[in-house]
Amino acid sequence: MAKMTVITERCKGCGLCTSACPKNIVSLQKEKRNKKGYFFAVCTDESACIGCAMCAMMCPDCAITVEK
Amino acid sequence: MAVVFERPKSFCDVTLHYCPGCTHGIVHRLVCEVMDDMGIEGDTIGICPVGCSVMAYDYFNCDMIEAPHGRAPAVATGVKRTNPDKFVFTYQGDGDLAAIGTAETVHAATRGENIVVIFINNTIYGMTGGQMAPTTIPGQVTQTTPFGRDPELAGYPVRVCEMLSTLTGTALAQRVAVDSVPHIREAKKAIRKAFENQKNKKGFSIVEVLSTCPTNWGLSPLEAIKRLQDEMIPYYPLGVYKDIDAEGGDK
Amino acid sequence: MERNLMKGNEALAEAAIRAGCKCFFGYPITPQTELAAYMAKRMHKAGGVFLQAESEIAAINMVLGAASTGVRAMTSSSSPGISLKSEGISYLAGSDLPAVIINVQRGGPGLGGIQPSQADYFQATKALGHGDFHVLVFAPASVQEMVDFVVKAFDKADQYRMPAMILADGLLGQMMEPVSFPEITPCAHDKSSWAADGHKFKREHHIINSLYLSPDQLQSSVMDRFERYEKIKAEETDAELYLTDDCDILLCAFGATARVVRSAVNDARALGIKAGLFRPRTLWPFPVKEINQAAQSAKKLLSVEMSMGQMIDDIKLAINCSKPVEFFGRTGGVIPTPAEVLAEIKRIGGAE
Repeated sequence: MAKMTVITERCKGCGLCTSACPKNIVSLQKEKRNKKGYFFAVCTDESACIGCAMCAMMCPDCAITVEK
Repeated sequence: MAVVFERPKSFCDVTLHYCPGCTHGIVHRLVCEVMDDMGIEGDTIGICPVGCSVMAYDYFNCDMIEAPHGRAPAVATGVKRTNPDKFVFTYQGDGDLAAIGTAETVHAATRGENIVVIFINNTIYGMTGGQMAPTTIPGQVTQTTPFGRDPELAGYPVRVCEMLSTLTGTALAQRVAVDSVPHIREAKKAIRKAFENQKNKKGFSIVEVLSTCPTNWGLSPLEAIKRLQDEMIPYYPLGVYKDIDAEGGDK
Repeated sequence: MERNLMKGNEALAEAAIRAGCKCFFGYPITPQTELAAYMAKRMHKAGGVFLQAESEIAAINMVLGAASTGVRAMTSSSSPGISLKSEGISYLAGSDLPAVIINVQRGGPGLGGIQPSQADYFQATKALGHGDFHVLVFAPASVQEMVDFVVKAFDKADQYRMPAMILADGLLGQMMEPVSFPEITPCAHDKSSWAADGHKFKREHHIINSLYLSPDQLQSSVMDRFERYEKIKAEETDAELYLTDDCDILLCAFGATARVVRSAVNDARALGIKAGLFRPRTLWPFPVKEINQAAQSAKKLLSVEMSMGQMIDDIKLAINCSKPVEFFGRTGGVIPTPAEVLAEIKRIGGAE
């Protein structure tokens, strides 16, 4: 049981997290923008998250927290 | 569930001004993680440069000083010499450290100044809009090398770690990158070692971090990471260029 | 009180140590080098830091670093070196940091010469770096004043959180005179509200900075500083008035030149010419009130400087051009003689 949470208002939609995820479950969605206008990252399959925190380590904006 | 990853305590809880995908934020966080791990935030004074990270004083929660362009190692020297029991680090870009501040960098190193220098090499001047840096790779297009850097005209890049590794006063000169999680882990280890060196009074430690500048390179953040891997790492090979521990002890 | 025969440059250094200066960062340049050499010998024993920097630029930035942590810091140089330090001095001013900078002037421009000069008056009082700011400028005329003003400079720099300069010259720096060092208790200005010396998890982090990207914020920070300058102009001016009460001709000179002019004034008096001397001890702030008092009875003023005429502008402004101000100067390292100055006094109207 693990969970990554994107602090959406801190996300700048750079997508570096999406390439870091070994499970390929982090992506930039294309429907909702944050207040700054960025499409923020989301976890597409929470059940598959292993809590490795690689997305968070790659994030330049410290916009991801991970629990396990 | 327990938190396995969150913002380090010494990283001010504010939105960074950096462009999307700029890796400054990763390096900031690594420095903060090391400060947290060592419990030294309260005893650390950071010096920020002129350039994109000029406002790093708003991000590091330790005491901070904003230095004139290129002078951070001299400012750090003044701090450290009068406060030898404090931790002192500079955070500088390539223009700041390897062009206007070359003298300050080289002499802080050769004096064996007991400080940590975090050096961001992204082969370009970011803050002023993408001009040639001392580290711009031959052929690289920038605002001031519109046809690609021509060594006949603009000379060759400076390889900072290689240069500083020749100096007796340098304790650690290591080049790392923040293009992938394994490299980020390696970068954090290097920064930790640099701060440990300071704690153990070993002298000047520099960690050069290959970084990206998607905006001024004209690339997407992911393309920028790929350029770092394909073009920068071959020109600026990662590794330890000098480590006095590996050479068998103190200088 | 014990009196020692000391060279001006060495007296500056000893005074700084006694004033609680904890670090000196310098770079060799004639004619101030004895100061650094003295510091190299003495500072370590006094428990402070001496470091020879790789350049004047590095030295002033080391001062900036040390001053940021609340430590009393000093650097010294001579004219060309001060030009190099001007960037750092602007940053010190913009960051509201106290520090003491010594300029043992030599002739310029460019590499100039190595003999005494006062041609850095404009630089010191008007533009010691880019931007809207001032530094306190003290002008000693004897080795004893070099001692006294260094002590005062540290104190005032701390009090007003700004750089202070001792504007000396090669003549004073190289000259030997008896001096006494007063017992000094370094003024205990509390710097804990701003010093960046490690927060120990007991306070918010301190930031030493001169960057304000918002024009409104920058304007307000500069205006705050200028409010402080107004207070300094009202309270910190200092000048010596010599035989000015009844003078017909008021000579104006500072530093080493004032010693020459004093002789000429005495010679003039012996000839029955009513000459007096106004000698500013602070060049910024300029002693406006004092010069107006000194000039009350004067029909003419004569500014004597080791330059092509720089202080004369401040004199005209200070008296609002209410009286004629003449000029006599030597430059490039040439020192005016009392006879030359006396001839000038006679020429401009004291002779008949």
